[in-house]
Amino acid sequence: MLKKYDVIVIGAGSVGIPIAQYCARDGLSVLVIEKEASVSQGDNKHAIGGIRATHTQRAKILLGLRSIEIFSNWKQEHGDDISWVQGGYCYVAYTQEHAQLFQNNVKLQKSLGLNIDFYGPEKIKELVPGINSDGLLGGTFSPSDGNASPLLAANAFYRDALKNGAEFHFNEKVTAIKKNGTTIETIITDKAEYSAKWIINAAGGYAKEIGNMVGLDLPVAPTSHEAGITEPVKYFLRPMVVDIRPCTDSVFGNSKNFYFYQNNEGQIIFCITPDPPYFGHDREETSRFLPQIAKRMIQLLPRLKNIKVRRTWRGLYPDTPDGAPIVGHVKEIDNFINTIGMCGQGYMLGPGIGELISRLLRDKLTDNDQIILKELSLYRDFGIIEQLK
Amino acid sequence: MTLKEIKSHPILKYPSRKSVNFTFNGQELIGYEDMVISSVLFLHGIKTFGHHPKDNSPQGIFCANGQCAQCTVLVDGKPMKACMTPLKENMKIESCEGLPSLPADDSALHIGDPSIISTQVLIIGAGPAGLSAAKILGSQNIQVLLIDDKDRTGGKLVLQTHKFFGSQKDVYAGKRGIEIGKILGEEVRSLESVKIWLNTTALAVFRDGLIGVLKDNKEYILIKPERLLVATGAREKMLIFPGDTLPGVYGAGAFQTLVNRDMVKASERIFIVGGGNVGLIAGYHAIQAGIEVVGLIEALPSCGGYHVHETKLRRLGVPIYTRHTIVSANGKEQVESITIAQLDENWNIIPGTEKTFECDTVLIAVGLNPVDEFYQKALQYNIPVWVAGDAQEIAEASAAIFTGRIEAIKILKDMKLDIADDFDKYGKLEELEKKAQIMKARPPKPIERDIPEKMEGIFPVFHCNQEIPCNPCTTVCPQEQIETENQEITTLPYFKGEKNCTGCGRCVAVCPGLAITLVDFRKDPQMPKVTLPYEIATEKLSKGEIVTILDNSGVLGQFEVKRARFIPEFPHTQLITVELPKDIAKQAIGVRTWKDHKVEPLETYIKAPLPDTAIVCRCERVTAGEIREWIRKGITDMNQLKAITRAGMGACGGKTCTSLIERLFREEGIENEKIVKNTKRPLFVEVPLGYFAQGKSKEE
Repeated sequence: MLKKYDVIVIGAGSVGIPIAQYCARDGLSVLVIEKEASVSQGDNKHAIGGIRATHTQRAKILLGLRSIEIFSNWKQEHGDDISWVQGGYCYVAYTQEHAQLFQNNVKLQKSLGLNIDFYGPEKIKELVPGINSDGLLGGTFSPSDGNASPLLAANAFYRDALKNGAEFHFNEKVTAIKKNGTTIETIITDKAEYSAKWIINAAGGYAKEIGNMVGLDLPVAPTSHEAGITEPVKYFLRPMVVDIRPCTDSVFGNSKNFYFYQNNEGQIIFCITPDPPYFGHDREETSRFLPQIAKRMIQLLPRLKNIKVRRTWRGLYPDTPDGAPIVGHVKEIDNFINTIGMCGQGYMLGPGIGELISRLLRDKLTDNDQIILKELSLYRDFGIIEQLK
Repeated sequence: MTLKEIKSHPILKYPSRKSVNFTFNGQELIGYEDMVISSVLFLHGIKTFGHHPKDNSPQGIFCANGQCAQCTVLVDGKPMKACMTPLKENMKIESCEGLPSLPADDSALHIGDPSIISTQVLIIGAGPAGLSAAKILGSQNIQVLLIDDKDRTGGKLVLQTHKFFGSQKDVYAGKRGIEIGKILGEEVRSLESVKIWLNTTALAVFRDGLIGVLKDNKEYILIKPERLLVATGAREKMLIFPGDTLPGVYGAGAFQTLVNRDMVKASERIFIVGGGNVGLIAGYHAIQAGIEVVGLIEALPSCGGYHVHETKLRRLGVPIYTRHTIVSANGKEQVESITIAQLDENWNIIPGTEKTFECDTVLIAVGLNPVDEFYQKALQYNIPVWVAGDAQEIAEASAAIFTGRIEAIKILKDMKLDIADDFDKYGKLEELEKKAQIMKARPPKPIERDIPEKMEGIFPVFHCNQEIPCNPCTTVCPQEQIETENQEITTLPYFKGEKNCTGCGRCVAVCPGLAITLVDFRKDPQMPKVTLPYEIATEKLSKGEIVTILDNSGVLGQFEVKRARFIPEFPHTQLITVELPKDIAKQAIGVRTWKDHKVEPLETYIKAPLPDTAIVCRCERVTAGEIREWIRKGITDMNQLKAITRAGMGACGGKTCTSLIERLFREEGIENEKIVKNTKRPLFVEVPLGYFAQGKSKEE
């Protein structure tokens, strides 16, 4: 006999776990199906850990603000240490164009309750000791943003989901989704068959494949980013530093922005956006990454030349055309909900999305939720690009 | 100040060294230029190099091989691995107390792009396997780049002062590891198409087929090989016990590096855990270096190493405790003692059998694991790759010589070169593979051997009683009178007696097991002359000295040395001739210069902390208890275990703890197939970020 759930979540990652956690907390029966062997083994563990509300799209700012509340209060409310550090984000400006962009963004960001300002070079030098002051025009600083360990957070959320009764099936892959008219009847995996009132697509880098199973062509394509982590050193760097200047590199490839911060352990974690993007599901390290990013990091903060790189890795960003997630119902199927296309921000937006989905399923949407769902609708105009991808 | 160094050694020559000044924690000291800092600190008896940021536990030498980061010290303000950093004049060295600060050095770096170079074959590792492969490839004029992270070729051969087994023709049997390393190195250096980069560490095999290396420990270079041979050797296994990370607990490799490579008297009293060849040989090396071996324990009912190694050690008076295990290493800042106990048939400690021995070093020699990460990655990325030596399968160095040759021939075949003629030079592939298999085989049980009844003339007596691959005695006899049964390499040798023995003593000198004597009844049948091999005393023995003569079960008596000589071809094995009563002459095999001296355990043993307090991940200080707890909660994915506990996330990248965690899974009843292994990621060792942003150095 088919086991029936209120909710089946496909994917136990950055987004799937918080959805399960909040749906279960709010009394829904939940099954999470995950093809990997345990939680967070898709791309959650490849996230570098930054958590911000510093975006340029309203929906993301609102989700970010709520997620920060959840991350920052987690230890107090649940007891698990997730290595949360409220270090803030610092976008540095070396061109008039970027200084102007940041200053314009700050207006919107502040209007939505974000604690952020644009500062001159002196303040930035104070925040980022040793930063190259040559041409530094200033930057934004948002002290409420922060970072936490994706690994610890995912496991802590997972334990909370289990505590609230969510079921997780690992090493199990969804192979087909059976529809009857406009309704999904069953989810078929390589091990069993299930049914549920709602099916949530939280499959991250594989969201498009899940969409295909129900006849949807979802505008999500994974691109890969590489990241690295250093040895730990004494705490000296408070914020996540983001440099959005593009960089040409004829040997190892051009890049867009890059960013780094010092985590709770004292390690610097860093990541870069290659230009053009590397499309596909490949998660194996390339030889380009370290030469590409080392030059940029050291030019920005020369003292980093002496810090030892410990490990590098490569993970997927499920990208959408405009850099914003796709969240909500689809027109063609009654009981299929997407929480996809996180563009590398599933980790930092996940808790906010988790709560929202639980409200959506229980008809308890707030005004902000309505705004978010409208902005993140699959049917939006994908032409307005996020400036701070 | 007297430095703790080994100035005289039966095998090794004390090198010429240049003294330089340096400071350690502000104290002005003298060390030797270019000796690695860890060895320099050991010269001064400094074994604690800092304290861990997480729990303030003392840190010191562990791998001495550049693989972990436990020996980190601050060198002129920068955290560096003491075991890989050569000492320079006026260095300011400080212990690393907690997290180091990143130096506020904001000077600009000359930014550049690493070079990308190509080669026909890249060989990672210039040990016996890598060198043997390079020799064959180079002799075919293949463009080979051979890299090694150490400052000399030879791999671990440079630490092996004992004579090797195998056959003389194939693998230089009877020569010492250090000599074999030298010969192989010279042979490869003479080949024009082989380029050797020393001090060059492989850091990563990348998806795009490039291999990142750090040349001369400072220049990052990407290499695009057409073919890759991984000959990266092995790493030592560890055990989990309270005190397992105390300075003074380390592997045989680290011990041999300190003692045999750098000639540092690293210890006064050592205790050895593990009765395989590595542990037994380390014990012998310790005694040669003037270090007292308090004891050796083996968990199995008998030692797994070659019987000749074991008897060599027993004859030197080292107590060997089989069916024993280590309970704990005790001490505050470094090892002060070891507690051992006897095991029952179910591998549980028998209460009441605990004993504590004072010692300053606990040497762990419980086996090796292949260093095969690069090989696995290359396979995964479809890079044409071969693997040889211990990286392929753990075995003796002689086996690595064979597998190096075999893989080189396979590479040549893959290149479709017409080399049929040359195959005869190296031996046919099938033949080599057969020989390699023989060298890899585990030693069988020793055999009871009759002593020859003959009481006249002169002849060799063979005390080897285990069928191991070894036959140099058959090739050194000028009269060609020594043969193994059916002329197989693994069978036992015997004296044919068709022609007279000349008494040259070459068989006595060549035997790697020190298991051959010459007995000569010609002059006095009642008191025959017996010639025995000897390679212990740092001062050579001379005529007239009184020595203790032993057989394999104990002391036979005190006798005067009648003759002491060296054969020029075997300059480190002294041949000692004594006159013994005829009834014991053929039993005698050992020579010792001191009286029996057995270290007694302390009257009351030191009670160990709970086993769960033992550290499993030494980089992140994760205990066995913590890991067991999560395993019991149902975790089977090592990646998840790592995410939660940080085990495997440290500087070494899980090199030591991965196999320990697998062991804990087994102990908790989780089958191996159910465990999801850790995802391996680069880098192989930590490297300063600046090295990735620097172009070709100016002088090139």
